[in-house]
Amino acid sequence: MEATTLSSTTSPRTEASDPTNGRSDPADLEAVPLRHWGRWAAAAVVLYVTAAFLWSLARNPNLEWEVVGDYLFEDFVIRGVGITLMLTVVAMVIGTVGGIVVAVMRLSSNPVLRGLSWFYTWFFRGTPLLVQIIFWGFLAALYQQIEIGIPFTGVTFASFDTNAVVGPMTAAILALSLNEVAYAAEIVRGGIASVDDGQDDAASALGMTRSQAMRTITLPQAMRVIVPPMGNETVTMLKSTALVSVIGGKDLLTAVQSVYAQNYQVIPLLVVAVIWYLALTSVLSVGQYFVERRYGKGYGNASMSRRWLGLGVTR
Amino acid sequence: MTAQTQQDLAATPMVEAVGVRKSFGRTEVLKGIDLTVRPGEVTCLIGPSGSGKSTFLRCINHLETIDGGRLSVNGHLVGYRQKGDRLYELKPREVAAKRREIGMVFQRFNLFPHLTAEQNIMHAPMLVRGESKKAARARAADLLERVGLAGRGHHYPAQLSGGQQQRVAIARALAMQPPLMLFDEPTSALDPELVGEVLDVMKGLAAEGMTMVVVTHEMGFAKEVADSVYFMDDGAVVESGRPADLLDDPRHERTRAFLSKVL
Repeated sequence: MEATTLSSTTSPRTEASDPTNGRSDPADLEAVPLRHWGRWAAAAVVLYVTAAFLWSLARNPNLEWEVVGDYLFEDFVIRGVGITLMLTVVAMVIGTVGGIVVAVMRLSSNPVLRGLSWFYTWFFRGTPLLVQIIFWGFLAALYQQIEIGIPFTGVTFASFDTNAVVGPMTAAILALSLNEVAYAAEIVRGGIASVDDGQDDAASALGMTRSQAMRTITLPQAMRVIVPPMGNETVTMLKSTALVSVIGGKDLLTAVQSVYAQNYQVIPLLVVAVIWYLALTSVLSVGQYFVERRYGKGYGNASMSRRWLGLGVTR
Repeated sequence: MTAQTQQDLAATPMVEAVGVRKSFGRTEVLKGIDLTVRPGEVTCLIGPSGSGKSTFLRCINHLETIDGGRLSVNGHLVGYRQKGDRLYELKPREVAAKRREIGMVFQRFNLFPHLTAEQNIMHAPMLVRGESKKAARARAADLLERVGLAGRGHHYPAQLSGGQQQRVAIARALAMQPPLMLFDEPTSALDPELVGEVLDVMKGLAAEGMTMVVVTHEMGFAKEVADSVYFMDDGAVVESGRPADLLDDPRHERTRAFLSKVL
């Protein structure tokens, strides 16, 4: 009370209505951010539930961690991992190259090429990958013989038994690649379409040919838009290879399945597969980060998405 | 007739358009354009938006096709080959070769964003003309200095102001050493305080004797630098002449109406 009276004599601002009540200079006021008590509460609940779940997992004898450890680096598992990686790489390479071809067809001025490209994408994106895999696995039921010759003339150079040529591995590669072509084509098309028309004008005005402009101006810029989704495609593809187990594709899942079919260690062997899949997708995501950084050049860091381990963490 | 004008008439025009016609669908955007640009001349095309001046400029280096008439640069047709009374469009590869003789600067700069300023300038000479990296880099350094951007070569376009980007774009076009430069509203996308630096570079070019065709709304530039001005409206040339005559004393009502709005 004493202080109020005192300061009101020294400063005209310290009226009775002054919120500072005359206790201090406004310049010394400290702003306190809103306390998010709800966040703390939510985090505590989630941590509690997660801990309980992990605890139950850790104490579950059916997981049999020592069995997991025994099989993690077994030869047949490593071979399965190798096949899974091979399928991923081959399918992504064929898928990307084919995707560029189908995308360029889609952007061409020839209506037949455009229509065919549209039909391809419509068909392969419109049917489940699992169905396509089984289809290729049973190709022999559709075409018993594969002939190389001139269509409609009866001229044949060579003829093969379908089952001899298209084994489970070939069928797996065909199914995964042809499916990927359709998705990659849409991604590449979107990337090319995202490049400003003025870039083409400028390249043409400098006397570049169409292919020079496409290779050195349009595609490098399209890459910035193409790379992130293609990275996701690669991660998805790695996981999709598990589907070829239905036609005996010898991949990682097929490998563990064939063992647990005999020794009934279903859960530990699936955990082995899960650990490998997680390890591989994590490595891919790290690679994706560096590739994205490479193609983000010239656009500043602010506009570049920084994914971390594919968990969608943006910083 | 003085010796000077006789010589001018004898020289092959750098750009010669006779009755150039073009339609987009059913809309006729160029209704028979006649225009002559002699070597070393600066020609400005003015007129309201939609009058066809940018379209006509893009026809000169065949970024747009034409439907009829004759359009030649330095005595040669650009996108066509004449056989009898027909023009046959050239293959893209042949057109590309002819475009190397014509530099172009765009309203929105169109620098390649994934390349630095220096790389923007070096790219076409190395890729299209097979110039060595060393020669291209030396020319890029010269050109950057000429447009007042010495030492900025390592910047990406996004790190430069609009005026700086447009000056890099001019340097990029000059790197192909074209005898003719086309400017499509080169200052329209710039903040007002950046217009001057681009116009200064263009004035310097004109003073060095570069042949230029400039689509512009900068009447001050036209008056100061141009040898002739063409006023276009609704796909046709309404009138043309020396800038002092056309800009200060237009003969046509439409020219007068346009100038009263922009001056």
